[in-house]
Amino acid sequence: MTDLALDKPVPPNAAGPNRTAPTARRGMVRPSPTALGVGLLLAVAFGLLPLVGSEYLFDAILTPFLALALAGLGLNILTGYAGQVSLGSAAFMAVGAYAAFNLSLRLPELPFVVDILLAGLVAAAVGLVFGLPSLRLRGFYLAVSTLAAQFFVQWVFNKVGWFSNNSPSGIVTVPPLSVAGLALDGSVGRYLFGLSVVSVVTLVVWRLVDSPTGRALAALRDHETAARVIGLPVLRLKLLAFAVSSFIIGVAGVLWAFAYLRTVEPAGFNLDRSFQILFIVIIGGLASLRGAFLGAALIVVFPLALARLGETLLGGLFDSGVLEMSQRIVLGLLIIAFLIAEPAGLSALLDRLWHRIAGRLTALCSRLCPRSGSNRSV
Amino acid sequence: MTATPSEAPHLQPSATQPQAAPSALAVDGLSLSFGGVTALNGVSFTVAVGEIRAVIGPNGAGKSSLLNAVSGLYRPDSGRVWLGGHSFAAVPTDRLAALGVSRTFQNLALFKGLSVLDNVAAGLTHRLRAGVLAQVIGLPTARRERADAYDRAEALLAFLHLEDARDRPVGTLPYGVQKRVELARALVARPRLLLLDEPMAGMTLTEKQELTGCIRVARDDLGATIVLIEHDIGVVMGLSDRIAVLDYGRLIGDGTPEAIRNNQAVIDAYLGVAHDLEAGEGI
Ligand SMILES: Nc1ncnc2c1ncn2[C@@H]1O[C@H](COP(=O)(O)OP(=O)(O)O)[C@@H](O)[C@H]1O
Ligand SMILES: [Mg+2]
Repeated sequence: MTDLALDKPVPPNAAGPNRTAPTARRGMVRPSPTALGVGLLLAVAFGLLPLVGSEYLFDAILTPFLALALAGLGLNILTGYAGQVSLGSAAFMAVGAYAAFNLSLRLPELPFVVDILLAGLVAAAVGLVFGLPSLRLRGFYLAVSTLAAQFFVQWVFNKVGWFSNNSPSGIVTVPPLSVAGLALDGSVGRYLFGLSVVSVVTLVVWRLVDSPTGRALAALRDHETAARVIGLPVLRLKLLAFAVSSFIIGVAGVLWAFAYLRTVEPAGFNLDRSFQILFIVIIGGLASLRGAFLGAALIVVFPLALARLGETLLGGLFDSGVLEMSQRIVLGLLIIAFLIAEPAGLSALLDRLWHRIAGRLTALCSRLCPRSGSNRSV
Repeated sequence: MTATPSEAPHLQPSATQPQAAPSALAVDGLSLSFGGVTALNGVSFTVAVGEIRAVIGPNGAGKSSLLNAVSGLYRPDSGRVWLGGHSFAAVPTDRLAALGVSRTFQNLALFKGLSVLDNVAAGLTHRLRAGVLAQVIGLPTARRERADAYDRAEALLAFLHLEDARDRPVGTLPYGVQKRVELARALVARPRLLLLDEPMAGMTLTEKQELTGCIRVARDDLGATIVLIEHDIGVVMGLSDRIAVLDYGRLIGDGTPEAIRNNQAVIDAYLGVAHDLEAGEGI
């Protein structure tokens, strides 16, 4: 204990393999299971699926899944990492979608990629404004104040015809998707476009949550007073979380409108959608990137599976009314079950499953070849 | 508050500091009440640079309130706090780290979801110069800064024997270990002034002895001035240079351990009771 090396300057390479972030560190020796898994997933998603997938798979499952997963990712930054509750996610999706629509309508010379970035920035700016109450409010009160964003934004898009180019029905059809002269308006094209956007944003988010700023957001979530005492810029961090989160959710709104629905209307971004995104984050797992994807997968696949199941079991009795009711009931039960039994969500569930399998495998391995166990530890 | 005309609300040069010797911390006539409860009642004392200064007193005496006022978490009704040559009516908590002050809390105040290493490294985040974008892109300056912060955090883990817990989420660790993590987080920024609110509460005798050594090293080798709230009179007498005694928000004694031991008011109010308590407490 008296041997204290703190006073000596730390030599540049002193800590050896420990110089990077803990999560990255584990992957230094050999590709980690996570890296391998992600690589495999990307290969399948980009290379294999477009060759074998059906139109139904892309249009009804994968493309909406990507948009919702992205929205979940955005909300997770705010709620999972920074600990600020929001019930206004759909409002920021709407801002992104309407911004992209108006940009492509009114400034057609801008490339669509620029439209997306600008739409994200507009959503971030709106998010910043509605994030201001977070500087004073917390928890339940903050949640209620984000509801204001939800209702106000929806009201504006309903009320002000300019946003939907004065379409009498309020529903506007977006121009077909095309990037750099490449038409992407088919099912596969729109899916690949969504996949590319989601991949890039996920990479950036991963870098963010793994950075000191990401750690500072988590610090703020876990103990705001302690965060202030150690000199973290609490107010700035909160606004940053709102801005980044709204940016991503805005981009998710662009995907929802341009890649999935190909129309925009205010009703598509109502409170139900906000709750849907919140459920994605809760079911998937707070503060987990994977969680947003797992949660979105469940939310998208579950109603379809339920419909199939209902049809098979009940036949004609299972009409759309019954379907919707049973969806709500089962989803509600599912969320309660998760909140009670597994607050860390599907992500944690999967982790535990993986550990059990990995444990079995290593046990099996060491029984088959006793030597191999010894050089596992680095 | 009887402010002289020249007094700025927050800042004042140290020239007019109440006493001659430069002090790391001085509180002057600090009063604070919550509704009908008087937590601090005109408390004045100084902490000299390089001193280990204990603050003792029965539960509810106002010790934690004092540290909270010094760290700006409570705003005193009257009185001033002198820190690093500045005088404050209310200490700006956001600037505490920049002023070279760090603290621990009586009830743990850790970042539960983060690993031990991340918790400790967070104590250096306020020094990082790279912006978010530089961090996300991974510019060399950002990477170097971060690596340096983590190296320092690792050194602190070694100092406080926390290497084994390094990657554990801090919420899963035993209480005594969490206490040490909090001390590491406070120490990692090499504070000029370290405020410790019952750092040994709930520790075993061995752990207390270890931590006593750590606090001494923090002062001797790291150059921190230390304000220590502690109930264990044995630890306090052995470790501190001077002791301030609070009772019902008042300063009822202030001096060397020897002087405090023989101070009748202190014995009446506190020490006698504390010794009885300790005898019954065991470990
Ligand atoms: N935030 C607060 N709100 C109301 N009363 C408080 C608060 N903080 C402290 N007090 C009261 O002030 C008195 C001193 O408390 P404290 O400073 O915690 O004492 P100590 O740390 O010496 O045990 C107690 O009576 C306590 O109830
Ligand atoms: Mg106390």
